[in-house]
Amino acid sequence: MVDVSITNIRPDRAAVASQWQLIWWAFKRHRLAMAALVVTLAMYIVALVPGFFAINDPIMQNARSTFHPPQRIHLFDTTNGFQFGPHYYGMKLTRDPNTLAAVFVEDTGVKVPIAFFGRGYTYSVLGLFNTDIHLIATTDKTKPLYLFGADRLGRDVYSRTVQGAQISLSIGLVGVFLSLLLGIVLGGISGYYGGRIDFVMQRVIDFVLSLPTIPIWLALAAALPQGWPATLQYMMITIILSLTGWAQLARVVRGRFLSLRTEEFVAAARLDGVSEGRIIFRHMLPSFSSHIIASMTLAVPAMILAETSLSFLGLGLQPPTISWGVLLREAQNIRSIATAPWLFMPGLAVVVAVMALNLFGDGLRDAADPYNK
Amino acid sequence: MLKFVVKRLFWMIPSLFAVSFLAFVLIQLPPGDFVTTYIATLASSNEVIDQNTAASLRERFGLDQPMLIQYFKWIWGILTRGDFGISFEWQQPVSGLIWERMALTLILALVSLIATWALALPIGVYSAVKKYSIGDYTFTAFTFFGLSIPSFLLALVLMYVAAVEFGADVGGLFSPEYETASWSLAKMYDLLTHLWLPVAILAISSTASLIRVMRANMLDELPKPYVTTARAKGLSEFRLLIKYPLRIALNPFISTIAWLLPNLISGSVVVAIVLNLPTAAPLLLQSLMAQDMYLAGAFVLLICALTLIGSLISDILLALVDPRIRLE
Amino acid sequence: MTDILSIAPRPSIAPGKPLLEVKNLVTEFALRTGAFRAVDDLSFSIEPGKTLCVVGESGSGKSVTARSILQIIDSPGEIASGSILLHRPDGTSLDLAKLDPRSRAIRSVRGRDIAMIFQEPMSSLSPVHTVGDQITEVLRLHLNMSKAQARTEAISLLRQVEIPDPEKALDRYAFQYSGGMRQRAMIAMALACKPQLLIADEPTTALDVTTQAEILDLIKRLQQSTGMAVLFITHDMGVVAQIADDVLVMHHGVAKEYGPVEQIFHAPQDPYTRMLIGSVLKLEQKAEIRLARPPLDTTAEPILEIRNLSMHFGEMKALNDVSIALLPGETLGIVGESGSGKTTMGRSIMRLYDPTGGEMLYRRADGKVVDLAKLGGAELKAARRELRMVFQDPFGSLNPRMTVAQVIGEPLLVNGIARGKELDERVCHLMDQVGLDPAGRERYPHAFSGGQRQRIGIARAITLNPRIIVADEATSALDVSVRFQVLDLLMRLQDELGLAYIFISHDIGVIRYMCDRVGVMYRGRLVEVGEADKVCNAPDHPYTQALISAIPRPDPRDRDRSGRFRYIEPSPYAEPSNVKNGSTAR
Repeated sequence: MVDVSITNIRPDRAAVASQWQLIWWAFKRHRLAMAALVVTLAMYIVALVPGFFAINDPIMQNARSTFHPPQRIHLFDTTNGFQFGPHYYGMKLTRDPNTLAAVFVEDTGVKVPIAFFGRGYTYSVLGLFNTDIHLIATTDKTKPLYLFGADRLGRDVYSRTVQGAQISLSIGLVGVFLSLLLGIVLGGISGYYGGRIDFVMQRVIDFVLSLPTIPIWLALAAALPQGWPATLQYMMITIILSLTGWAQLARVVRGRFLSLRTEEFVAAARLDGVSEGRIIFRHMLPSFSSHIIASMTLAVPAMILAETSLSFLGLGLQPPTISWGVLLREAQNIRSIATAPWLFMPGLAVVVAVMALNLFGDGLRDAADPYNK
Repeated sequence: MLKFVVKRLFWMIPSLFAVSFLAFVLIQLPPGDFVTTYIATLASSNEVIDQNTAASLRERFGLDQPMLIQYFKWIWGILTRGDFGISFEWQQPVSGLIWERMALTLILALVSLIATWALALPIGVYSAVKKYSIGDYTFTAFTFFGLSIPSFLLALVLMYVAAVEFGADVGGLFSPEYETASWSLAKMYDLLTHLWLPVAILAISSTASLIRVMRANMLDELPKPYVTTARAKGLSEFRLLIKYPLRIALNPFISTIAWLLPNLISGSVVVAIVLNLPTAAPLLLQSLMAQDMYLAGAFVLLICALTLIGSLISDILLALVDPRIRLE
Repeated sequence: MTDILSIAPRPSIAPGKPLLEVKNLVTEFALRTGAFRAVDDLSFSIEPGKTLCVVGESGSGKSVTARSILQIIDSPGEIASGSILLHRPDGTSLDLAKLDPRSRAIRSVRGRDIAMIFQEPMSSLSPVHTVGDQITEVLRLHLNMSKAQARTEAISLLRQVEIPDPEKALDRYAFQYSGGMRQRAMIAMALACKPQLLIADEPTTALDVTTQAEILDLIKRLQQSTGMAVLFITHDMGVVAQIADDVLVMHHGVAKEYGPVEQIFHAPQDPYTRMLIGSVLKLEQKAEIRLARPPLDTTAEPILEIRNLSMHFGEMKALNDVSIALLPGETLGIVGESGSGKTTMGRSIMRLYDPTGGEMLYRRADGKVVDLAKLGGAELKAARRELRMVFQDPFGSLNPRMTVAQVIGEPLLVNGIARGKELDERVCHLMDQVGLDPAGRERYPHAFSGGQRQRIGIARAITLNPRIIVADEATSALDVSVRFQVLDLLMRLQDELGLAYIFISHDIGVIRYMCDRVGVMYRGRLVEVGEADKVCNAPDHPYTQALISAIPRPDPRDRDRSGRFRYIEPSPYAEPSNVKNGSTAR
């Protein structure tokens, strides 16, 4: 029974509250999960239109900016008193007198103001139309802004990280969606029919779960031809990831189906003359959809980590495709990261994304069953 | 109990068979075969091999036969002679290349497993008993962080810190002077001094997930009536905790071996490649890239078999400690 | 059984002086919304050798009271004020309420001076420790016995609680025991240190009535031989009448009435107590509604005739060759203990199970007879419109994600009978019929109490104008004061709609109140069928006699237990089949 007292909701409102409302009320009490939800949403908005949030063209190389260090944005302009005027300073390239290595020095004489919703490079919004408006744009094209610094080829790490969000975050969603299809179909069959089918399916699920995923992924990914176009590669990688990812979800679905099958309200519905299809979709599915969504949310970060690892090892997505794993390949050797530790920034993005999704999924799972308190 | 073990062992057979077939199919997946790759490699250095040489090469390695035949030949060799075939790339029997590396892989995984358990068990119990305390929140924060950082990234960061802050190279499992030396006490010690870093990296993410498992198990058990019974008997809280809820929460914890071992071995692949450890992983990656199929197949097969054995051990352990399973 | 005498009573305090005095006890649970008072200003006392029953319906705070005494209240509950004075034999007194719940002082009281047994013997015993381990633990803790001593003592304890073959039973696990044996083991554990007071928190609620009688007997005899006091928590007025010296009636954390058992049952002062006793006594006889009815036409053709029905689950014969008939307008009771197959019978009739063998001949309104056991597809669906079911669990049987209107209206909707505004009107009418306010139809089941939910279940059952309703333990989950209201509703609907009921229950009181005829089930077989009056008062079959004799009568003046015995199935083999289940006739 719902303990209305702990949710601080007036009983008359709770009386007519659907399960989603009850879940939302329970979820809202979980502050950290709420914060994670906000971060998750923000990251997916960025992933939807990365071009808008990027500053420089992520694929543009600049020989003069090799390993350009990150720059600071100064929010206030103090030249004429104290006022809001976000700007950054240009950088001067000098040489270390002893080692002769390139050193960038902030040139406080060159002040470049920042324009919000200004114009920059042209990008496509979801393939629908092109625009060149960016959240942050520099007003001096000859003095590019490198928020997270630049890589070996002088490409802007910040813009690449933002662009990488699109692939890295979506691969998790698509992969989980594929896993879910497999999981629901196989787990559903197993749990709904039970008996021998269930027994065989259980063995298969146990088997798949006991396999070490990464060696299998490596072997599968190694089988992909190198020359494939990026979209095909993307699809194949998601398929590979979901080939092992479905078992966990299938197990959850099966467990739910099995326990629901014995619920009295399902038996009651059958006696009411409700058809099998309606029993599944009207009675069983709503009862475990919240659990499935929670399990899915918790599976997305695992997928993101998997893609990142594969691409990092060179068996996942290949450059010029931009994903966080591909970007982290730049940080592969100790010499690069010793000179340019900012190459870790895409890794930070991975950590933030995965943590937010984990916390969000965790809160969702806790709130998923408002009736069994 | 004996019946249970025999039954469980019997179940291993189809699984091992499936794993071996899977391994074989996996290494057969790439288009072309080793000879194609070989020719391509030679071609890039302007050497040309005529069709006859290619065909004879294929015949020598048995690559011209149907896949099923190749599979049965392969598995028969393994079962009867421990012969995993020949590594094309290294031009020597696979069995000569894999065992030491597999042993190191196993050592790495086992040490990580023990480290994980040693950390996760007390922390999980503490977090559950002191639910919502500062300590619990701290550990919870740690678990979320541990779950969120990919192990290769952690390895890179630690390598970076070691290189930049301490000027030390932390890759590998042995100091250069021991790399090719035969096994001795000194070499074992050297191994231990190098092992801590990969173990720490591997243990962090698995410890994080295991703490959560243990905490949840304990939280499930703590409000159970048998705990109240024990309390009503006059047992002290500590004794009661150790004897009852902890003991029972341990059962699902033991069954985590079944997925923890695959996870650790899986994770160790990436970490080993980054840290350039002389375990199976770097060679596996290399052999996959070169389509050195028997070598790759042997690794995939052995790694999968290892995790199957892990789940076997966890099932037997579970039956040993849980009378409900043992006396079923 | 001579062993019981071997327990030497511990030196106890002078009779007449209370052993335990509870004064103005307040126990509170700190919730988000403020403190919830589970026990409010409660005072009572227990004398050595006496039994105090604390009785109340669910949520009365009776269990929290019991746990407050030993300070083992579940978090976040704690004693807010009041005192719990324990007078020890050596003349000292201890205020348990002032002790820290984790202190050594309270721990030395627990299990030694005051021991406790619980409702669910299965979950109250550890599943991974042997019973012996859990008993010797108390002995070693409080009496500093050696391992060997403790083991010998534990064996003798198991013998005292009449567990057969105690040497072997000691090394078994709780899950290898039967329900009654588990509770005996719990009692052995509680009595290990020969406590002054035994707190028993609903110790027989999870047990069958015949097992309950044996456990009550055992506690009584142990009490007589040791002189301990018993604090017995229960919701069952029958049990109270049988064992109590004094009774404390609780309602919403407050004591409603406190006095000798005689007064509570025969001269209750408080209106709540009177209502409670009244509800219980009501179930001791035929319902008034039924007394007013004309006699049933017994010559009519049966509406449902079950012939040789069998239902096997693997080796287990849940239903074994059952034959019984139901007349139009009749209420047929099916009574039996757990595992007797009564629920399987209900579910087989509804075809939730496919019977292994036999026929279920249903006479439709047009006179045509169909065999329910063989129906399928559309025919089964049509038959299910005329045969409906009311479930036991008022929480599990309603989909929590559908509003009440959706639940009640679903049969009409999916059978294409009504939709839209018409559906809404019919739902309102149905809710009126079962005594629910139609204004609440947009609410979800979680907003309703157990009794109201059962009314929703009944409304759903009568939606399609059925002719037969199978009610499976329909009132078992309800408090006694609500129970007869639901029964009365069912009978009123029977008159209005001309229904025939198959009423499955383990509760003879409910059967007597409700049914015309009754069938008694035992291990999958129907052992006796007859008029409800006859079966409930003067049964023929020895099993039924044993069952009836075990039922605690709600009258402290009627405590004669001499007629009570356990039924032992005549074994087809030479060896005695029931040794495991304990002592024979006594």
